[in-house]
Amino acid sequence: MRFLFKTAYEQDIKLFRDRTTVVWYLVLAVTVLALPAMLSRYYIGEITWVFIYGICGVSLMVLVGYTGLVSLGHAAFLGIGAYAHAYLVHHGVPWVASVAIAVAITTACGVIVGLPALRMTGIYLAIATLAFSVIIQEVFTRWEGVTGGFAGMAVDKPEIFGIRFSNETSFYYLCGATLALTLLLTQNLLRSPTGRAWIAIRDSEIAAQSMGVYLPFYKSVAFAYSAALMGLAGALFAHKIAYLAPDIFSILFSIQLLLLVIVGGLGSLQGAVFGAIFVALLPPIIAILRDSIPAGMADAAHATGIGLIGTIGHGIGEFLKKPGVEAGIFGLILVLVILVEPSGMYGRWTKIKLFFSMFPMYKRDSFKRQKSYMRSERLR
Amino acid sequence: MTFFQAENLAINFGGIRAVDDVSFTVERGEVFTIIGPNGAGKTTIFNLVSRIYDPSAGRLTFEDHDITTTPPHRIAEIGIARTFQNIELFEHATLLQNLLLARHVNRKSGFFSELLFLPSVRRMEVEHREAVEKVVDFLDLQQYRDTFVVNLPYGVRKIAELARALCTGPKLLLLDEPSSGLNVEETDDMAFWIEDIKNLLGISVLMVEHDMKLVAAVSDRVLALNYGRPLATGTPQEVQNHPEVIRAYLGG
Amino acid sequence: MLQLMFLRRNGVVALEFVPRTRSDTGIDWVGVKPPARGGDKLATFLQLTLNGLAVGCIYGLVALGFVLIYKATELVNFAQGDFLMLGAFVSYMAIVWWGLDYWISFLIAALAVAAFGALLDMTVLRRVIGQPQFAVVMLTIGLGAIFRTFASVTWGSEIYTLPTPFSGVTQVAGVTLSHQYLSIIVATLILCGVLYGFFRYTRMGVAMQATSQNQLAAYCMGIPVKLIFSLVWAISAAVATAAGILLAPVTLIDINMGLAVALKAFAAAVVGGFGSIPGALIGGITIGLIELYAGATLPEGIKNTAPYIVLLVMLAVRPQGLFGTPGRKRV
Repeated sequence: MRFLFKTAYEQDIKLFRDRTTVVWYLVLAVTVLALPAMLSRYYIGEITWVFIYGICGVSLMVLVGYTGLVSLGHAAFLGIGAYAHAYLVHHGVPWVASVAIAVAITTACGVIVGLPALRMTGIYLAIATLAFSVIIQEVFTRWEGVTGGFAGMAVDKPEIFGIRFSNETSFYYLCGATLALTLLLTQNLLRSPTGRAWIAIRDSEIAAQSMGVYLPFYKSVAFAYSAALMGLAGALFAHKIAYLAPDIFSILFSIQLLLLVIVGGLGSLQGAVFGAIFVALLPPIIAILRDSIPAGMADAAHATGIGLIGTIGHGIGEFLKKPGVEAGIFGLILVLVILVEPSGMYGRWTKIKLFFSMFPMYKRDSFKRQKSYMRSERLR
Repeated sequence: MTFFQAENLAINFGGIRAVDDVSFTVERGEVFTIIGPNGAGKTTIFNLVSRIYDPSAGRLTFEDHDITTTPPHRIAEIGIARTFQNIELFEHATLLQNLLLARHVNRKSGFFSELLFLPSVRRMEVEHREAVEKVVDFLDLQQYRDTFVVNLPYGVRKIAELARALCTGPKLLLLDEPSSGLNVEETDDMAFWIEDIKNLLGISVLMVEHDMKLVAAVSDRVLALNYGRPLATGTPQEVQNHPEVIRAYLGG
Repeated sequence: MLQLMFLRRNGVVALEFVPRTRSDTGIDWVGVKPPARGGDKLATFLQLTLNGLAVGCIYGLVALGFVLIYKATELVNFAQGDFLMLGAFVSYMAIVWWGLDYWISFLIAALAVAAFGALLDMTVLRRVIGQPQFAVVMLTIGLGAIFRTFASVTWGSEIYTLPTPFSGVTQVAGVTLSHQYLSIIVATLILCGVLYGFFRYTRMGVAMQATSQNQLAAYCMGIPVKLIFSLVWAISAAVATAAGILLAPVTLIDINMGLAVALKAFAAAVVGGFGSIPGALIGGITIGLIELYAGATLPEGIKNTAPYIVLLVMLAVRPQGLFGTPGRKRV
């Protein structure tokens, strides 16, 4: 069991708590850098999705996990960033400038959508963001001059300063670097007064006001920063998906993003990355299981002579092949996470780490949840 | 120069006149207590002074500035800090983060310098931390620094409320029932701390309290309220022996 | 799948077959609308009003379900639209698969989905009491996804038609009165009347009102609060089922029929005021009428988003809705 002995205020301010943490993150970084040499193109492509969803996750985590403002329509910002960037790149604007302008446009939209947040709370804000998202999706469909409407819009791979990022590996590194930069910048904000102000808004607006936090400013900044990150993710998303269409950025996508932050673990950046891994990698895993479970269980049935195993395997395979099952599995996992482990994947990871660090003196009820009674959020 | 003055404060909630024509002054360096039965409007007055509510009538003056229309987030800048009756700490943050947030009024870094975490921001973070540590020393909260507030026991949370209010560096401190929920020893500690706040830190205190022993021990002057209306103002002994006050508390 | 519709393109009216498109923001109403003849604005207006009332009643019923659950338990049930979908499917199964009578199937579906709603409250929702509202909202969203997948696996993912005894039309003074639309309006009125009587005059109903106003006091009065919550869920689910069965002949049954309705019903509940039962119905009718009037007069894009624009305006101008009461936290 290690004990961290603090001797300087710097230790609480710096990014990594101690040497060991730095070493582990270095190992992680080296692994991520070396993956293209070890895995096939298909898997590298899937991990690139993890990076892009990771940036989306950080964006939503800042707004929902740290500031407590629930947004049910964040996919709209992804769409604004994606369409803006694609449009500018098609019209010859250099890549970096195009991304910068797309981020600026998305930030401006974020500030506008955030204006209702200054006056309303909780479920009303969520419904307002939902309404905005529907309206923005309709704009994508109707503004055919810019977005191509229902017909969609094709997007090439990026070309930055003359270098084409046309293969999977180079795009993987680009997305990975962007995610790393996003995490660094966001962590900087979270350990400074702005991040603390956000947490204050989440936990008690009235106390925050009494401490001098000007609510409208910090709520707007939260929306603006979150939208800016979504715009950045949108630019990369446009390249990755290669063909933009309005029905991609639907309410169901927004809900998938919320699922990302909840399953990952609200209230931590690591949760955003865990959630991204979950959301990006679950569909390919289901696709693999669809074939491997029946085949594997059929082999087991042959080996053991119990035909039932093969039948069950066949049944599971058929079930997974039906349309719409993926959404149901996501829903089931969301329900289970909220019921069983509300602190998400990162919460569970923290508990596991504590168990091993305190072994064999781990106390069984270290994380026993106190019975909580309904605290009325209805304003009296 | 008047330090703090409330003149003819009044507020209506629908048809109920919660506070009716209340006037009092707080001198620099004194402890002024407001007492009264439950529902008398004491916390409402606090909410009026920290500008969470808008008064229907009356005026608030602090250091010769009219603060009747100041927005609530500027009250901490002016030098008025408050604690809350039902503890409004930031539950899912550590005690240290709660206290550092209280330093928000002294924030000098802009958004973009924080985004890049420039050396100037780093220096300012260390300064904030040093200022907060002085309050932690004053109230003996060292062992709770890194605990999440949701895990702290009730008595410690009350002290944390006080600590957070002190971290804003106020000139006038509003304490809303500081001893509610505390046992005898903790109340004695609280009395000593209020005295130290007055004498060592030079902060004036405006307090709402039910515990008469505490009121008599620390207060310089007392205001008694009932149904939103003032009954008596004076030293603790004068007010406690005032016939109207006795009738309000004991009836008949 | 094609539908027959009068379409107005660039001022010219034509009768055309158009493909059914299911967007997740709009309901497509199958029906024959009269062309907008120049001198018959009144008939068109009345027709639109009738259609709008019918649409609005559906939204109002679903919004009613939202508001009932919100008033009692302070939860927003994002799966309300999926109760509607489940009710429609169960009635379809009863009528088409089992060959039962329409009214018996109605009853079976209402009871089955109501029982399911109560069961859901007892098993799942009771465990999340005390968690922040956002977590519970996400829980109901997840449950909705599970219901949709369940429906897809059990009944199939195509579009199905529900046979109904109200398939006729009557012509009155140039206005086409679809019997199905009339049945929606009449059924909503009956249902609201029954609910009003229930809440006002029966012991259980009064107990429900008490529980939604002050839970602790209700416990002290000996009211079985947990049972009441389950009953509230059951009633909400039954109301949604009724809406689904009434809606099914008009928009046809498929897995996503609940989503489109639920979104507009939200807007309806917010416009009416989230804590107000009559507000839910009036909000629903308002949104329904706005949708129809906007659809006839405004360009294509605005039609789908008009209800949401109204929602945003209402939130900006009067956040508590038409009938709600503003509130403030006491510190």
